[in-house]
Amino acid sequence: MLNMITGLALVILAVAALLAFVRLLRGPTLPDRFVAMDLIGILIVGLIVVGAAATREQVFLDVAIVIALISFVGTVAYARYLERDAR
Amino acid sequence: MREMVSGILFLAGAILGLLAAVGVLRMPDVFTRMQASTKAATLGLGCLLAGLAIQLPEVSVVIRAGSIGAFVMLTTPVAAHVIARAAFLTGVPLWKGTLIDERRRGEANGRRPMP
Repeated sequence: MLNMITGLALVILAVAALLAFVRLLRGPTLPDRFVAMDLIGILIVGLIVVGAAATREQVFLDVAIVIALISFVGTVAYARYLERDAR
Repeated sequence: MREMVSGILFLAGAILGLLAAVGVLRMPDVFTRMQASTKAATLGLGCLLAGLAIQLPEVSVVIRAGSIGAFVMLTTPVAAHVIARAAFLTGVPLWKGTLIDERRRGEANGRRPMP
């Protein structure tokens, strides 16, 4: 039963990532794309967490930590460059 | 029992993630999109991590899930603030229903826009 639920959660999260990707492609301004990118990073962390629960493999959680870290640093760096170019 | 609770938490987290994505797709401007994404995604990831910690109650899993949760809860507001500041300073158009635009009001009073 839990396998079915984790499968359903994985599908829902994948659909969510797809919708965020539509915004990433379409986004009229650059900050829109940053917001979509940040959301995709968080959704990927969620996918990895559900995948770790489905496979009972703890090693995936380290990957989730690294992806959360890189996503945050990337977002802040993008925003700094954007703000510097605005001046 | 434990499997049921963790299954409900997984579904709740996934649906919150979907809500965040729908909000990002449908909201009218950057700032409203950002509040949809950060709130729903942070709570959704918290639900997923709680479900994981309930399903595999081992020390290493719980500590890792807690550290991911603490990190995301600490960094998501910072990232949202930085993006919002960059968007506001680069002059991204606001939604037409926005009531208060401090920058335009300051410029009308003869003050320079904030640094």
